[in-house]
Amino acid sequence: MKIDEKIISSHGLKTEEYSKIKELLNRDPNILELGIFSAMWNEHCSYKSSKIHLKKLPTKNNIVIQGPGENAGVIDIGDDDAIVFKIESHNHPSFIEPYQGAATGVGGILRDVFTMGARPIALMNSIHFGEPKNEKTQNLLNGVVSGIGGYGNCIGIPTVGGEIKFNKTYNENILVNAMAIGYAKKNKIFYSKAKGLGKSVVYVGSKTGRDGIHGASMASAEFDENSEKKKPTVQVGDPFTEKLLLEACLELMKDESIISIQDMGAAGLTSSSVEMASKGKLGIELDLDKIPCREKNMSPYEMMLSESQERMLIILNNGKENKARKIFNKWDLDFVVIGKTNDTNNLSLRFKNKKVAEIPIEALADKAPLYDRKSTNPKISKKKLNTKDFKNIKIEDALIKILSSANYSKKDWVTDQYDQIVMCDTIQKSGGDAAVVRIHNKDKAIAISVDSSAEYCKGNPKIGGKQIVCENWRNLVSVGAKPLAITNCLNFGSPEKPNVMGEFINCIDGIKEACEFLDFPVVSGNVSFYNETNTKSINPTPVIGGIGLINDLKKIISMETKKNKNLIMIIGKTFGHLGKSAFAEENLGFSDGVPPEINLQNEKNNGLTILKLIRENLVESVHDISSGGILVSLAEMCIGSKLGMKIKKPKDLVNSIEYFFGEDQGRYLIEISPDNLQKINIFLKKNNIYGEIIAEVQNDAFELEKVFSLSVEKLCKCNNQWYYNYNAINKK
Amino acid sequence: MKSSVIVFPGSNCDRDIAVVLEKLQFKNTMVWHKETELPKSDLIVVPGGFSYGDYLRSGAIAAKSNVLSEVTAQANKGTLILGVCNGFQILIESGLLKGALLRNIGLKFISKNVFIKIISNKNKFCNKYKKDQVIELNIAHNEGNYFTSKDHLKELEDNDLIAFKYSNKKGEILNESNPNGSIKNIAGILNNNKNILGMMPHPERMADKLLSGEDGLDLFLSIMS
Repeated sequence: MKIDEKIISSHGLKTEEYSKIKELLNRDPNILELGIFSAMWNEHCSYKSSKIHLKKLPTKNNIVIQGPGENAGVIDIGDDDAIVFKIESHNHPSFIEPYQGAATGVGGILRDVFTMGARPIALMNSIHFGEPKNEKTQNLLNGVVSGIGGYGNCIGIPTVGGEIKFNKTYNENILVNAMAIGYAKKNKIFYSKAKGLGKSVVYVGSKTGRDGIHGASMASAEFDENSEKKKPTVQVGDPFTEKLLLEACLELMKDESIISIQDMGAAGLTSSSVEMASKGKLGIELDLDKIPCREKNMSPYEMMLSESQERMLIILNNGKENKARKIFNKWDLDFVVIGKTNDTNNLSLRFKNKKVAEIPIEALADKAPLYDRKSTNPKISKKKLNTKDFKNIKIEDALIKILSSANYSKKDWVTDQYDQIVMCDTIQKSGGDAAVVRIHNKDKAIAISVDSSAEYCKGNPKIGGKQIVCENWRNLVSVGAKPLAITNCLNFGSPEKPNVMGEFINCIDGIKEACEFLDFPVVSGNVSFYNETNTKSINPTPVIGGIGLINDLKKIISMETKKNKNLIMIIGKTFGHLGKSAFAEENLGFSDGVPPEINLQNEKNNGLTILKLIRENLVESVHDISSGGILVSLAEMCIGSKLGMKIKKPKDLVNSIEYFFGEDQGRYLIEISPDNLQKINIFLKKNNIYGEIIAEVQNDAFELEKVFSLSVEKLCKCNNQWYYNYNAINKK
Repeated sequence: MKSSVIVFPGSNCDRDIAVVLEKLQFKNTMVWHKETELPKSDLIVVPGGFSYGDYLRSGAIAAKSNVLSEVTAQANKGTLILGVCNGFQILIESGLLKGALLRNIGLKFISKNVFIKIISNKNKFCNKYKKDQVIELNIAHNEGNYFTSKDHLKELEDNDLIAFKYSNKKGEILNESNPNGSIKNIAGILNNNKNILGMMPHPERMADKLLSGEDGLDLFLSIMS
């Protein structure tokens, strides 16, 4: 086959990139080699536009065992225990085929975690859809939710929480980010770096089919009206096989059989073999006649580029083959030695006794293009709201409007489709500030939270980047956990557009600043560019998945109020910042405002204070104040407990709407027993922390002194109806 | 007491139930589905999960496995058999219990805590519960919509073979308290000899105070008494 311009561009390669390939090979590539280059050099696999910027992020401290660059990040949680975790996007496939796209997103991230020797213990997700009224939204929502549930439920790993948001910016580009968390012994972590010559390269798991060919290239291009046609590039998931693969791998990992292991994710056999060889500075030869195929007459091109799921590549120590084969046979999985490591530093492929490809590993990995793309400073919104804009809005109406909206409604309709407690270690399910999962058979637990705030990032990418790290940190603190580390999934438009690149760089700067200040390193992650359709990009949407540690199971705290007559105190100062707030968006349709400033010093001091109060047993419940401000957060505390609250009117000099709906950062609400008030006040004064009593728990009524009184039942009802109504209306 | 937990490819609640059994001092063995012999057991558990991926029909492939013929032989000898969730589906598919478990009426997977009323406590599985007691258990299934013939339903009712029904907190058995469309809100049934119990809710998930509660613990304590 002659390689012409058309073939090159259909492989997602630029002309200058093709010239570089010829230069690296010293000849023209054949079509198989071209396919392999395109799989390794696309944005999804090579990080060619993001790499130089990602280097700025802090990735190390004394608890980080493995930072970015492996299948997942690894952190030390004491007693020789380690947590392995990562978040990854599956945006493009989920838009084309929501069920399979989301399901294989979950499957892929689980493999990243158990490849490293960890048993997955929890799943989380962050999903973003277009406006509810958009004709595609309902179908996508239903498909993605059942896909996430379908995979997690079947494999038997609890989906313990996440976030789900709607905004018109995602009308043509939904986001599906899945996070997996696993537990391993610190000294039993497995890596992908190949070692030793003449070692067996083993293929295990499912057979290779024609699904997902060029999936990674598809995920590295923007959409247009022909995107539907890309359906065959979406992989098909089989959680049952993944469960078998998980158990078989963990069984084999009990002894010293494995030298290195890598899952076949994006770009399948190509990227897994290249990755292992590249890290080990070795060559690898594969005999493609041995690949277990699902279909007849598959070509080397198809085998190397297939993204069939539930497959792994393992390099075994000498003499361990029989033992390993026995384990995989027990689990009814394929186990085939398909090649050997060698010292050629090449990827060599044989098929029907002929050499069909020979490429220097370095050309595919280290020599992949690296771009310092042009960027422009993002437009920063400066529009401000005036009190006149909302002088006719009643506080209680605004509250009900926010609580009943798609974005702020309770998500039971979604989370009831996820098995949240299989494995029997889920202490706190979704719906709280963070999920809490016990380490099996131990007296400690981890807290997990996934957060994003694209609205803030749109308004000011740097502040948004900072804010989202802080919000994640705050959520972990709110359940009593010491925040340890994060993984991030950076969802943006096309990096070839200077304004998108500007947003990306600024978001990273913000994330970096907050992570450094809070000693909250980034240990793994993923970048998803090209989230755009017909040249329209999504709002910049970095998603942060954070892990915290709880060392004493008695000191886990939740957000719902506990007891009548207890007092509610606010920690942190309120200024009434309404720009980019839920109030402005839901009640005024105003979304061009300025996001609230972040004061990292206050953020840290307030958070550490909350942790100390929890450890001293001085608080009964904690809830951080995020979107919606004080009033929405207070209502959420009541909705959880079905108890009411009597809220004090703020001092006259403040506008009530600004006070109750402002989204100033770094604030928490705590419920305390009146007996502890004095102790807490002394403690706060000593540490120079602002705290003020603003409400008292009571039965039934949620009331603001002299302004309104609502029954908690009404609050619950308006907060829990949106999804049911939405699906009922659209079914007709 | 001695127990065996059967493990199929795709079982995923096997460990959860073994944890509870071991906590209660059962001498427990995990039995792989390819085994043709079972260790001597007072209780055999067929756990929840997605045996064989639930492909074809939930429980249908597992019902034809090697170990199931051994479970059937033990059941006929009077050994106690407990099938939970997918385990219940397998017992139905193998004919050890009668009826069928259809797709949930809402056609969605449901995972949530529900209230269960104890209808019959005169059996080896429920004697620690009071009759009409309301407990809270977790369900997590796609196909839990129990259905059976009129004649069999009458048989179940006449012989006190309905162990549990879905109810509300007050114990009222209403349509609104039926999560999956089961006939007469049935959540668990016994065979005529009352040595086999199949149930959709997961008692093993409510056996730890730190998690969601301990309402499932009495089921295991009943078996021990």
